[in-house]
Amino acid sequence: MMISQFFVLSQRGDNIVFRDYRAEVPKGSTETFFRKVKFWKEDGNAEAPPIFVDGVNYFHVKVVGLYFVATTRVNVSPSLVLELLQRIARVIKDYLGVLNEDSFRKNFVLVYELLDEVIDFGYVQTTSTEVLKSYVFNEPIVIAPARLQPIDPAAIFTQGAKRMPGTAVTKSVVANDPSGRRREEIFVDIIEKISVTFSSSGYILTSEIDGTIQMKSYLSGNPEIRIALNEDLNIGRDYRSSSGSGVILDDCNFHESVRLDSFDSDRTLSLVPPDGEFPVMNYRMTQEFKPPFHVNTLIEEAGRLKAEVIIKIRAEFPSDIIANTITVQMPLPNFTSRASFELEPGAAGQKTDFKESNKMLEWSLKKASIVGGAEHTLRAKLTFSQEFHGNITKEAGPVSMTFTIPMYNVSKLQVKYLQIAKKSSSYNPYRWVRYMTQANSYVARI
Amino acid sequence: MPPPAASSRYPSPSQPSGKSEVTDLKSQLRQLAGSRAPGVDDSKRDLFKKVISYMTIGIDVSSVFGEMVMCSATSDIVLKKMCYLYVGNYAKGNPDLSLLTINFLQRDCKDEDPMIRGLALRSLCSLRVPNLVEYLLGPLGSGLKDNNSYVRTIAVTGVLKLYHISASTCIDAEFPATLKSLMLHDSDAQVVANCLAALQEIWSLEASHSEEACREKESLLSKPLIYYFLNRIKEFNEWAQCLILELAVKYVPSDSNDIFDIMNLLEDRLQHANGAVVLATVKVFLQLTLSMTDVHQQVYERIKSPLLTLVSSGSPEQSYAILSHLHLLVVRAPFIFASDYKHFYCQYNEPSYVKKLKLEMLTAIANESNTYEIVTELCEYAANVDIEIARESIRAVGKIALQQYDVNAIVDRLLQFLEMEKDYVTAETLVLVKDLLRKHPQWSHDCISVVGGISSKNIQEPKAKAALIWMLGEYAQDMSDAPYILENLIENWEEEHSAEVRLHLLTAAMKCFFKRAPETQKALGIALAAGIADFHQDVHDRALFYYRVLQYDVHVAESVVSPPQQAVSAFADTQSSEIKDRIFDEFNSLSVIYQKPSYMFTDKEHRGPFEFSEELGSTSITPEVSSDIVPAQQFEANDKDLLLSTDEKDDNKGLSSNNCSAYTAPYESSNISSQMQELAISGPAASATTTQSSFDFDDLLGLGLSAAPAPTPSPPLLKLNPRASLDPRAFQQKWRQLPISLTQEYSVNPQGIAALTVPQSLIKHMQSHSIHCIASGGQSPNFKFFFFAQKEAEPSDYLTECIINSSSAKAQIKVKADDQSTSQAFATVFETALSKFGMP
Repeated sequence: MMISQFFVLSQRGDNIVFRDYRAEVPKGSTETFFRKVKFWKEDGNAEAPPIFVDGVNYFHVKVVGLYFVATTRVNVSPSLVLELLQRIARVIKDYLGVLNEDSFRKNFVLVYELLDEVIDFGYVQTTSTEVLKSYVFNEPIVIAPARLQPIDPAAIFTQGAKRMPGTAVTKSVVANDPSGRRREEIFVDIIEKISVTFSSSGYILTSEIDGTIQMKSYLSGNPEIRIALNEDLNIGRDYRSSSGSGVILDDCNFHESVRLDSFDSDRTLSLVPPDGEFPVMNYRMTQEFKPPFHVNTLIEEAGRLKAEVIIKIRAEFPSDIIANTITVQMPLPNFTSRASFELEPGAAGQKTDFKESNKMLEWSLKKASIVGGAEHTLRAKLTFSQEFHGNITKEAGPVSMTFTIPMYNVSKLQVKYLQIAKKSSSYNPYRWVRYMTQANSYVARI
Repeated sequence: MPPPAASSRYPSPSQPSGKSEVTDLKSQLRQLAGSRAPGVDDSKRDLFKKVISYMTIGIDVSSVFGEMVMCSATSDIVLKKMCYLYVGNYAKGNPDLSLLTINFLQRDCKDEDPMIRGLALRSLCSLRVPNLVEYLLGPLGSGLKDNNSYVRTIAVTGVLKLYHISASTCIDAEFPATLKSLMLHDSDAQVVANCLAALQEIWSLEASHSEEACREKESLLSKPLIYYFLNRIKEFNEWAQCLILELAVKYVPSDSNDIFDIMNLLEDRLQHANGAVVLATVKVFLQLTLSMTDVHQQVYERIKSPLLTLVSSGSPEQSYAILSHLHLLVVRAPFIFASDYKHFYCQYNEPSYVKKLKLEMLTAIANESNTYEIVTELCEYAANVDIEIARESIRAVGKIALQQYDVNAIVDRLLQFLEMEKDYVTAETLVLVKDLLRKHPQWSHDCISVVGGISSKNIQEPKAKAALIWMLGEYAQDMSDAPYILENLIENWEEEHSAEVRLHLLTAAMKCFFKRAPETQKALGIALAAGIADFHQDVHDRALFYYRVLQYDVHVAESVVSPPQQAVSAFADTQSSEIKDRIFDEFNSLSVIYQKPSYMFTDKEHRGPFEFSEELGSTSITPEVSSDIVPAQQFEANDKDLLLSTDEKDDNKGLSSNNCSAYTAPYESSNISSQMQELAISGPAASATTTQSSFDFDDLLGLGLSAAPAPTPSPPLLKLNPRASLDPRAFQQKWRQLPISLTQEYSVNPQGIAALTVPQSLIKHMQSHSIHCIASGGQSPNFKFFFFAQKEAEPSDYLTECIINSSSAKAQIKVKADDQSTSQAFATVFETALSKFGMP
């Protein structure tokens, strides 16, 4: 392993924290790194990470706009360093409640305390929020949740579902509540990212669900917890052909605190949740599922220098479910010079745009939310700058979508119950089990 | 007081200018130093924070060192920590002042609070001041014996820090021995893990000059110790687990039970959510089973799914790291991933480096069963907005076409690309069609009719233009317009900026002339005149050469420039299997991502504590020592161009399309005469001719052709030991160490191919010729065998990798030998044996 330095840079390249563990990388490494990363193109031919300059390897992950960077001269395991960077970001978030540049700057001494204990002389010591608690003496200066940026996936819960307390996921594991009492509660989030590719004729070419069961516990005394999943849950692709019913995962992995003693018999996971946020289980599924949105696209020539595009999206989920932060994008033919849009009558909260520079059609329903069963249509009239011969469908598309659907998951994986083992009968902490579906790569070819 | 002008040097308002602020801080700290007023700690905290924040943004605050030390007399732990941080940062630059800190640090090392003891000890060891090491010994010694595990963990790492400041002090104090005993007996897992890390580092560094350290380093790999760690691996945190797994990789198991025991112990590590743990486990599994072909294959099957899950669960950077490893595995064993091709489809929002990797993987796993789907998908990407990816996708389709035997459908797709009428699509496609025709001349009819319809005016990219011109010359008889198109191009000679294109024009004009002389004569004349007057040396030389050879004898000219077409059976691989194996050995490291073995990008001392290449350093095949290696290994690792035909490289590196014949002269641009160069760069047709004539040149030029086959006098008969033995481990070791001394390709007779339906039969057959099989694998049409043989009289081994493709009826062998001078003799024996396979 042997990490030489760890530092965090702001978006503008300022050092927010900087720790040198082995004194073997020459001065100026932060500048070297920032110069490299700044000139990477956002979209196009970005060099593959990590960055390599003069014998020094620069690993980085970007979290809430900040660069978390580790340097090393050793031929290390890249997964280890990247996993570590991600973990450091998570630990810091556990302590600060909200992770952003502001909270970082206000709490940099606390962050140094953490970094001192996480890595010693380049070797990782611990990344457990729990273990670190005994070494940290600074009180976090908590940033008001009102300034929360909607980057955290869990923050989305606060928008859609009214039952969710807004501060839930932004509480520090060490800070005291203003009331002086800690609220006993536990959050279990089932977050699924789905990738679907539809062929031009509308059938599903590929589909995958990448899910994670995330947990954040504020329970005192570390009680044991049992999570029961669907009884008809199966793992491994061998099951795929046999029966149609049940939830069939291709594969999954577990947090190290999870014990699987009774998983095979009754699909329950038991664990003593450590402090802070962590994934209990990650899973991957390629079993067929019903895609939440159906996308229908038509592009037709309409005269010499004109064409018309019609995009229709239909929400294929129950009507008590509401999707939000929806955007639809479609690359238009290169010689498109203008696009005029026509939304359906009465459409509210929708925005359309034609990005001249990259010839991109953008239809944003960010402010609007789509109720299950609803259908929305966009018509666009395109004007071309030159005549075109050939197949226009080869020049445009595919249509891609992003969306978030709170309280809905497509895999049908469920947390049947969440049992907290504690003797007292009056002990009844808040248990939040929340579901969410997000688009990862949701693409319809035309 | 500093001059106020100092601040104007730092115009940025966001960053404090430095000097005056530092002076302020200095005086404020001084005031607080002696104060015992209530609330003084809070004021100190604020000041310390300011100091640390200046330090972070790179302002030099070393001048307040004295004041910081004076203020450090406090019981406030937060203040102490900030002070330690500060001292650690500046001590090295202020050795004299550092002496001031020793006192309070030593005192803190004896504090009753273990937290303070630990922190002080860590800071003490982090001072990095060589003449203060004597002060470390005492605190370190007692730290290692502390009853608090936190202090012990810090002390163990402290020993390593001491070693780096003064190795002799550390060794003389016999700290390594103490660490060893702690490693075996301490109850705290982190103490044990730190001992392991420290000892690995210390003994690896010591090993170069101390035999004892060598032995100690070896002893870390002993069976009891490995099991001591593996049996209790779950007690360690995930990071320490990675450390232990890295150690286990180097362990040489005693027998297959040993292997299975370890795999059973580690099986559940593959389900860990931490990708680093999974990859480290995968490495153990792969390395352990290298010699057990069947199990090795099962390992691939087992690890596939966990790796795919990791790819889709992390950040883009993490995904890429895992995907790079999958890429490596896919390229090594494509058939195992053949049914998983959909996982490697590109997603529209992925970064292009991920897409490129996936395209390569799709190319690698395409086989009879999935080619149609894969090519269909790739064709979708050809219309991608990202032009670079569109190009790569087309190239991928082309590569698949080149590696398949049934290219029918793919040719249609390629031709459809030409109809898309996008410049870059057309350009890429033309290059591919050319390569395809070189391999499958039978498709010329279909392709030529389409290619003939392309207007040369629409093609600007030199590579594409060159490809089109090559086809015009090669298939002049099938394209009625060929002479006129060429004439047109030749008339615009002056506007043609690419020398590569002009070279091709010359050759194409020649070829066209031999087929349709009356129509081409005029154009050829103009081309030769323009070529001879050309300012580019190569173009000039080639034109002059053509002119002279035409003058000498037209028939000779034809036989040189336009000999009967010979199909290219396979294009050269970009990376030698040596390099690939080396990268595989360095699984779970940066080598995999960079696709280079570590010796190519890291200095020796940073390759990691347990590195194969350290021992093999001298025998390793580096690009510099090229004189005795076949050209396949000279290809640069980062050469992305899979199709290495001579005419595409006008940089004189002269990578020959060595598989089209036995032609393997290693060109080095510096020492080759111009005649040689002319032949070398005159296109694939010419290089085929060179096959017959090259040896004269080689001898003349003294190129020292080690692997020259055919015309050398037949070597003396080699006698092999019928009862030779070599254990798999030794085989692997040798295979890694020895360079390839010979690469050859044979045809296998039809009876042999028929008999190959039972691969075991070949193994038996070869054994009857005293050539023993050590591992085999693969399935129709690709079979892979590793054989070894031994000289009758002396213990000198021959190792052979033999890849037989049953549909092309070709066998490719690579020979490595202890005695390289006899590898040709061995190859002859091998060939004779192989040729009798399947015969009654």
